[in-house]
Formats: sequence, C-alpha cells, structure tokens
Amino acid sequence: MSDKIEDTVRAILSDVLGLSEAQVAAMDDDTELFGALPELDSMAVAGLLTEMEDRLDIMIDDDDVDGELFATFGNLVAFARAKSEG
Amino acid sequence: MTAAPVHLHYEFGGQREYCLSFGNEDAARSILIVQPLFDEMNRVRRMLATAMRLLAESGVRTLLPELPGCNESVAELSGQTLETWQGAVETAAARLGATHIVSIRGGCLIDDRPTLPHWRLAPVKGSSLLKTMLRARIAAEKEGGNVLTIEQLLAGVQSAPLELSGNILGSAMVDALDKAEPIAGLNVHEAALADIAGTPLWLRAEPGDSAEMSAALAAELDRWSASCGG
Repeated sequence: MSDKIEDTVRAILSDVLGLSEAQVAAMDDDTELFGALPELDSMAVAGLLTEMEDRLDIMIDDDDVDGELFATFGNLVAFARAKSEG
Repeated sequence: MTAAPVHLHYEFGGQREYCLSFGNEDAARSILIVQPLFDEMNRVRRMLATAMRLLAESGVRTLLPELPGCNESVAELSGQTLETWQGAVETAAARLGATHIVSIRGGCLIDDRPTLPHWRLAPVKGSSLLKTMLRARIAAEKEGGNVLTIEQLLAGVQSAPLELSGNILGSAMVDALDKAEPIAGLNVHEAALADIAGTPLWLRAEPGDSAEMSAALAAELDRWSASCGG
C-alpha cells in the first residue's frame, strides 16, 4: 500500500536531489537509485540519511548503511519502514 | 530598475566584517537575514540575493552579514563558535540598524536579538547539521579506502580542528553544534515552505535557484515586516 512512510521517502528524494514530483511519483520498488541518479553522490546520501531521521523520527546507525540500502527505491522504503516500526 | 548592492561593514572581534545590503539606508524597515550555516549557506545565497533586490524595490532595506570565518572574512573559521557568531549577528543588527530579523535553518541557532520581531524558516538542530557533515566526511573517506566512524572523528577534534565539508571546525564549535537548539523565547513567526512557494534549496546536492521562491519570499517578508513594527 502507498503510505506515509513511502510518501515521506519520495518527498525527501525530491527535496534533496532536486527531482521533479513526476519523477519521484513514478518510482517503484525496482527503480534503481545509486548509480542511476547522477545527483545521488556521497554528500547527497549524508543529507538523505539526516532528513530521514528528522522527518520519520528514527535513528539510523551508520553501520547499517551500505551500498544495498540505496540500490533501489524499494530497499530504501523497506529500510525506513523497518526503522520506523522497529 | 534593478537595485544595486550596497557594501557595508561591521566591526567584530577586532576585524572588519562584510555585510551585503540592498535598499535605502533611510528605509523605515531594515531586515537582517541570518543565513543558513556551512554549505547550506551557499545553496540559498542566490535565491536570497534575488529576494533582497525585490524587497529594495518595495522600499524595504535588507542586510546579509557575513559571519566571522566565512566567505570574505579574514577571521579563522577554526576559532569561531556559535557564541562568536551570535555576537556577530547582534553587533551587525545594532550597528547597521536592523528593525527585523529573518533566520533560515542554522541561522535560527544564532539569531538571539530579543528586542526585534523574528521570522524563521525551517529551523534545524545543530546536531542535524553536524551529523550530515560527519556522514559526508565518512563517505568521502570510505571512497578513499579509509573506514572511520563518527565517534573517531569526534574524538579527534579534541586535539586538532576537524575538516567537515570544507569547513575547519574547532572543538568548541563541534561541541556547541552538537547541543544547539533553535533559540527559544523570542517573538517568532515561523513560516511554512508553502507560504513562499518554497523548495528546500538548502538540502540540494547541487546549488540551485528559484525565481518563484525569491518573489514569494520577498512578498511574504514585505507583508510580515509591515505588520510588526519598523
């Protein structure tokens, strides 16, 4: 289901990477992020993590962060969901 | 007719610091803008300068002081703390005749000027700014084959200044950022991004611009500043 966590992740991607609403709305679980979006560099990853903490009220342990996390939109939403519900 | 910039200075900590200004010195309203901190400052600069020009056309003067250790300042950034920046903002506001304070993001950590009305956008905790910069440093180190942790970086700053996103920060600044919350107890109007056709340019990986946001911000600040003193 489309839900608040997924919507928040879309909004954060749009805000940090400067992507259009249409571009983030079209993302699904298989949409590739890291490597596919030139905007997503290490500085942007740092910004995304902090915004996710602030807007979803979660704590992210940097040891949990690896290349897989940003591989696809689905991975990122699943991570945010696990942290929110954990 | 596009307003021309006015180049002002204020004395602080034995240095002459620069302040960009637009508008007439005799204007009834002088809005001092406390910029976002560190790299977020660069990302909104163009949008702010355009809004300042538009406000000058409406007869509102604006002031954008540089903080000691940033941009044109000859002071060392590593010697600055949030306290010195707070002092610089107070000094600039007093010397240059500010009637209103506008602060954005980390600017809300150093905008204590209780006698003036405040307008704030997207206040942020110092710890969030610090954590983003620490993460960016760790990611950059990782690309170079070095594995570092936040704890290691923070432990190191006790003996030598820490380089984060191109900023050389001393231990006093790092400690202050870790604890800082937006200053409470002020007469604050907190704005929403929607009020100013806004997009959080300060988060952008690449510096951007938004003419629409500049125009909406200028209109909102004109309306707000007219409604409260000046």
